[in-house]
Parts: sequence; C-alpha cells; structure tokens
Amino acid sequence: MKALVWHGTADIRYDTVPDPEIEQPRDAIVKVTSCAICGSDLHLYDHFMPGMEKGDIMGHEFMGEVVDVGAEAKSALKVGDRVVVPFTIWCGECDQCRRGNYSVCERSNRNKAMADKLFGHTTAGLFGYTHLTGGYPGGQAEYVRVPFADRTHVKIPDGLTDEQVLFLGDIFPTGWQAAAQCDIQPTDTVAIWGCGPVGQMTIRSAVLLGAKQVIAIDRVPERLSMAKAGGAITINFEEESVVERLNELTGGKGPEKCIDAVGMEAHATATLDSMYDRAKQALALESDRAHVLREMMYVCRPAGTLSIPGVYGGLIDKVPFGMSMNKGLTWRMGQTHVNRWTDDLLRRIQEGQIDPSFVITHTVGLADGPGMYQTFRDKRDGCIKVVLKP
Amino acid sequence: MAYYRRNSSADRLARGLGWFSIGLGVAELVAGRRIARWMGMEEQAGLIRAYGAREVATGVGLLALGDARPWMWGRIAGDALDLATLASAHHDGNPRRENVATALGAVAAVTALDVLCTAMLHREEATAWTPHPDYSDRSGLPRPPVAMRGAAKDAPIPADMRTPDILRFEPA
Repeated sequence: MKALVWHGTADIRYDTVPDPEIEQPRDAIVKVTSCAICGSDLHLYDHFMPGMEKGDIMGHEFMGEVVDVGAEAKSALKVGDRVVVPFTIWCGECDQCRRGNYSVCERSNRNKAMADKLFGHTTAGLFGYTHLTGGYPGGQAEYVRVPFADRTHVKIPDGLTDEQVLFLGDIFPTGWQAAAQCDIQPTDTVAIWGCGPVGQMTIRSAVLLGAKQVIAIDRVPERLSMAKAGGAITINFEEESVVERLNELTGGKGPEKCIDAVGMEAHATATLDSMYDRAKQALALESDRAHVLREMMYVCRPAGTLSIPGVYGGLIDKVPFGMSMNKGLTWRMGQTHVNRWTDDLLRRIQEGQIDPSFVITHTVGLADGPGMYQTFRDKRDGCIKVVLKP
Repeated sequence: MAYYRRNSSADRLARGLGWFSIGLGVAELVAGRRIARWMGMEEQAGLIRAYGAREVATGVGLLALGDARPWMWGRIAGDALDLATLASAHHDGNPRRENVATALGAVAAVTALDVLCTAMLHREEATAWTPHPDYSDRSGLPRPPVAMRGAAKDAPIPADMRTPDILRFEPA
C-alpha cells in the first residue's frame, strides 16, 4: 500500500510499505477514505519530538471503512462499518479508561517501558506519533491497523460526509476539551492563543459553551479572519500589544480563562523570549518554546484557569512559576480523552449546531501530502487545514 | 506578515551564515586580544569583542527560523562596519598590514555572500507573495455567532473539569 513515511527532519515521502494485518484479536483493519495533517504532525516534521525513526508512517487523524476485524472485536465492529478513529488508543479496561481518562490508558502503549522511563509513567498509545507512544503506524496511508478497535472507534451513521465528521478523531474534541476544561461561565472572557485548526475549534467551542467574550490571538491574517467569522475578537500580535489589548477588553482585570492552542513551536521571532528559546533549541539546550505559557501566566486574572491543548514535548526554560503560584492559577492540560466527547459532538454535528468542515482549506491526494506538509508548516497559500484522500 | 520558505536554498544559506556568525562571534569574544594582536590593532581588542557580541546576536536571529531578511541586513551593516574598521588599520605604519589585508579580503568575500543571500531571500518573497484569502464567511455555525452563544450550555462537563464554586467569577 501507499503511505506518507517519515525519513528525517522535513523529509516525508509517499512510499510503498507492507499492508497492515490483524496482529491481536482486538484489532481491526480500516481502509482510509480521508485523513488530515494535524498541527502536531508538524512537531514531528520539524523533528522537535523525540522518538521518531526512519520508516514511521505518519498521521493520527483519519477515518474509513472497516475491512477486517479480529475475533475479539467482532462484538463491536463488522466489515463495512464506517468509523472515525480517535488518535488516542484506549483499552477500556484499565483504571484510567474506567475513569474516562482515555489519553492516559495504561495498556495501549506497547512501548510502556520507554514511556515509563521518560514520563515516569506511561500514557496511551497514539497513532503515528513517535515510539514513545507505541510507534503505531499512522493513518496517512491507504490502510491502517487499529489496536483495541472494539473501543478505539466512533461509528458514523449514514448521511454525514467525511469532511463533517473526520475531525471527531482529534481537533474538534481537542478544541472542545480545551474549552470544556475551563468550565466556561457566562461571565467569562476566554483568550485563545493560536488560530490554527485546534484554535479555530476552540473558538467555536467557547462560543457554544457560552463565554461572554472570546478573544483570539495570532499573526496570520487569513487565520484571524476565520477566527472572527467564528465569533472571536481578534488580536494580531504583530500589530498590537497582547497584554495591553487584553487588559483593555477586560476592564484591566485580565481574562478568566486562557487557552494555549499553540504549544511547543511558538512563533520564534516575535518576542525576545521566543528568540531566546529558539537559540536554546538550536543548541539542544531546550526542547520547547514557552512564550505562550509565559504570556498566559502574566495576563490571566488571578484565580483563573490556564488550559493547554497545545502539545509540549519535553523541557521548557524561564517559566515564571512564582507568578502562577502567587496568582493561584489552575492549570489543566493533557492529550484529549477523545471518546469522552464524541457521542455528544457527533450529535451536535447531526443536529447542525456546528459543521467542522469550515476549517478545510486544502484537499489533495495522498501523493501530494509531502508538499502539503511544507505548505501547511510555512502557512503559505492560505493553508489552515489539509485533508488527504488516499 | 512576512512569508518565508523554510528549507529553500536561500533559507539554508541564511541559516548557515547564522551558524558562521555564532562561530565567528564566539571566537572574537574568546580570542579578541589575540586577533587584535595578529592584525596590529592591540588597542582595539575591546572593539573586536563588541563585534563578536554583535555577530552572536545576528547569528541567533538567523537561527530563530523566522524571517531571515532583517538579520541579513544586520549582517551586511556589520560587514560594512568591519570593513571600515579594518581599512582604518590598513596603513604603512602598521607592521601587520598584510594580515589586515588578508582579513579585509575575507570580510569582503563574506560580504558578497551576505548580499547574494539577501537578494535571494527578497527574490523568493517577491515570487511567493499571494493575496491573503478571506475566510470571513467560514463560521462553521448555522447562525451568526452572537445567536449561537451558549447553544451548548447543556453540554455535559465532567466533574473533574468543573471549576470549584469559590473560583467562579460571577457578576457583582
């Protein structure tokens, strides 16, 4: 079969690889009909995340049709079912899964020992996202093996297009969880850093969950225009001071809820601290650029909440933790517990409350994927979200 | 917003010059006195160290993976300063005049590379520019956002994600 394969920094190729097969009784094989490039794939593309190996198949946002089912998954799935596959693989039986903490499933990471060593304790296995999270082949391919498939799926009813439901596998529930874990009140101002795909979903989620005002921060004009369309007041950080504008919009008190939809690759030249981070990254003295975290800690209203869906990979430096402690900020973060949200979000899509396909700017064949990685990474051609058709 | 194409030949050259800048800068900072002596400019060791700090700063800027052009212009300005400083030491009274001439040649060659790289970056920008698309009609919502505010108030928020009452901000 054909797949997008990682070969090194900024080197992804459209290669021929062996077809996947059922390996465990709870597996299923899915024929991919649509997949997407996620912002967090760019951390792998730029090689800021450790644990990638040449030959790894990329992709953790995908959907398709079930074409083979292992013996123990047959109670939940059958050949021909149309499914979205969540990026977090979960067993449904461990202590964490029973609590709904699917992204920290204790059994789905087949490289548990490696993760235990690095993180202290393992997190869930993820598709196409380094050997630290299991080294599972990803979904930017014609076919994919889904482990623990009897749990790791969302069945899609007839009448919905791939484009409407594809993002149930990651960015929509990720944006939703980012907003939901802020427990938004009708009096809250929610500030969201980053108007990429997750930021866009977070903006809509915050609006639907009833925030008094939603403020979106970015520098890319087309992303800001999409943010505004979703109901956000926008701040272009290249043209105005984020701190001054947020204070102005909140009567000097600061936003109650701050959401980091940027993560480890904050724009490198906008501020002195980002340049400092980039220099340390270049010298391998730091892995992540923490500008957004620093700014959120500074502007957030005391006793407010910081929500972090943006991906961080390892070490950050010069984080004013005392500021956070003294202001009594609550931090909420983590990979998304995708299946906690998907029933509710699928219903909202069916009822027409939201159509997540608004974010798609480019649809191409899988063979054009390598070029689209670069276009998406460089924010060229108005690119916000790429869907690939194998 | 500036557009720049990472991993293009111009971009790679700029990042390479960034590493060169840092290497040269560190050498000037660490061995400023020895370099000054080699060129018969013993009294200007402090100035050479300052130039080293400038080189490190522009190098870091170039490695920051953003728009390289302002930093390249910074390098060209620095080259001009270097050339002027070296020219002032290239006179009959300097017994190390030949070493200064060697240094002048090296700086001139690097200046040519800097100018070439900057021109390539500007050419790339000119060919890459496309108008910003307008996504102001892409709300994803069936009605204007103001009408959709709170439409999902009924959403189940799990207990572990709820804000304790005492931390909730209610209107005065």
